[in-house]
Amino acid sequence: MKKEIIIAGFGGQGVLSMGKILASAGLYDGLEVTWMPSYGPEQRGGTANVTVVLSDTPISSPVLDSYDTAVILNQQSLDKFEQKVKPGGVLIYDPYGIHHAPTRTDISIYPVEAMEATIALKNAKIYNMILLGALLKLNPVVDIDAVMTGLKKALPERHHHLLPANREAIMRGMELV
Amino acid sequence: MKQEVQLMKGNEAIAHAAIRYGVDGYFGYPITPQSEVLETLEALMPWETTGMVVLQAESEVASINMVYGGASTGKAVMTSSSSPGISLMQEGLSYIAAGELPALIVNVMRGGPGLGTIQPSQSDYFQATKGGGHGDYHYIVLAPSTVQEMADFVALGFDLAFKYRTPAMLLADGIVGQMMEKVVLPEQRPRRTDEQIARECPWAVTGRPEGRGPNVLTTLELDSARMEVNNHRYQATYRKIEENEVRYQEYFTDDAEYLFVAFGSIARICLKAIEDARQRGIKVGLLRPITLWPFPTKEIARLAQQVKGIMVVELNAGQMIEDVRLAVEGRVPVHHYGRMGGIVPNPQEVMDSLFANFPDADK
Repeated sequence: MKKEIIIAGFGGQGVLSMGKILASAGLYDGLEVTWMPSYGPEQRGGTANVTVVLSDTPISSPVLDSYDTAVILNQQSLDKFEQKVKPGGVLIYDPYGIHHAPTRTDISIYPVEAMEATIALKNAKIYNMILLGALLKLNPVVDIDAVMTGLKKALPERHHHLLPANREAIMRGMELV
Repeated sequence: MKQEVQLMKGNEAIAHAAIRYGVDGYFGYPITPQSEVLETLEALMPWETTGMVVLQAESEVASINMVYGGASTGKAVMTSSSSPGISLMQEGLSYIAAGELPALIVNVMRGGPGLGTIQPSQSDYFQATKGGGHGDYHYIVLAPSTVQEMADFVALGFDLAFKYRTPAMLLADGIVGQMMEKVVLPEQRPRRTDEQIARECPWAVTGRPEGRGPNVLTTLELDSARMEVNNHRYQATYRKIEENEVRYQEYFTDDAEYLFVAFGSIARICLKAIEDARQRGIKVGLLRPITLWPFPTKEIARLAQQVKGIMVVELNAGQMIEDVRLAVEGRVPVHHYGRMGGIVPNPQEVMDSLFANFPDADK
């Protein structure tokens, strides 16, 4: 098993964090993982992306030219990465702010209204977790308990009261697909 | 004892590994893409546990001279920076090499020349392997390609530096500095005691104990004849290092008809290209130099008798290719594919470069 995943959007949308949570979960599931961010001045605005590879065999390159799954959060990233999804692969995107929807017919495309769901849940910070839920539903590479273990390890104890909200967001994302 | 597998960035792994090696002092100045080394050390506060000194100096010039001073006392000391900062350190590096002092210098390369970009690069290969500062000197250059090697080469670098009394450089790039993957950190070792240092580093400037004269460390020698003797001694050490410390890794070379030579994270991108090519029956292999100095000249010469052509892939305009060509001595064609300014090629581009230069490979 090897999954090559790209997550791309605006800096600040939680793209890198989502990748990190996914990679941590992979680690707790005993997989090989790599997490390669774009590390430019993205946190000051502009696009950000992260490549996550999860595999049960050693991973050669953390830098890739095509992906099994793409999670796309803005138009620029859609323009850049739609063509880089492998035939038969999966493209998940949030239609919020997208004016040219993806057009490929040789991949599975799933619009996930994550922004709307975030607004409905009245918690802007769980946006990326909703998308992670959608990703895990379509691509059960890691188990939700491993995600929660990873999150619990990554978060300082004073933030542990946020864990249930995160779990809820993942579940909501799973329902949205 | 069960080893804990952790997920961390290459830069963070260097900081953890330094503390666990029992490093006495880190002196540095922040610069992307390696600032996490200093940040992680500051967050871990090793001065409260192992007693390690962590100091943010006022500049890179100050950092390297603090390393020079610390190394003179037999302490295990290090610095880290990225390309423009390493340029500022060249004078100090030449002095440390001339003083025959052990130290670890980490360079997480970014695109140059000048202030350049913050994205990954390998354009400091010449600077690292050919001296960099003034005078005839070398130091050991280790090129990690994984986060695990970022951690492991801290210990390896220090061990070799103390063994040969020479600086060692860990020459990484922005990819392996910034990426996260699994790492198993080494066991915590105690810092060496003053007694150990006195025993293992009899040359160290530690004050004059009973029973011996003062130790003097200087790089100035106005008597040319003596300075030539010093140079012969440096060169003898370098020959010994070249004989004993060449490190490299081969992948799929047994039946390879074409060979990639690449170091650091670019070797991994080549490896991915090779995995894809092998599925199509194309017999291509990879040699990854782990020590860039000393260079695996003999091993490349051996493979040059087997393969039809060699493709050198680097994040620069063609630097390591010169050492590959010296090793190959014209036996087979050697071509270069390089991206510059912080651009990283993907596996497909790497494979395309092989086919563009060796059309027969795509059969």
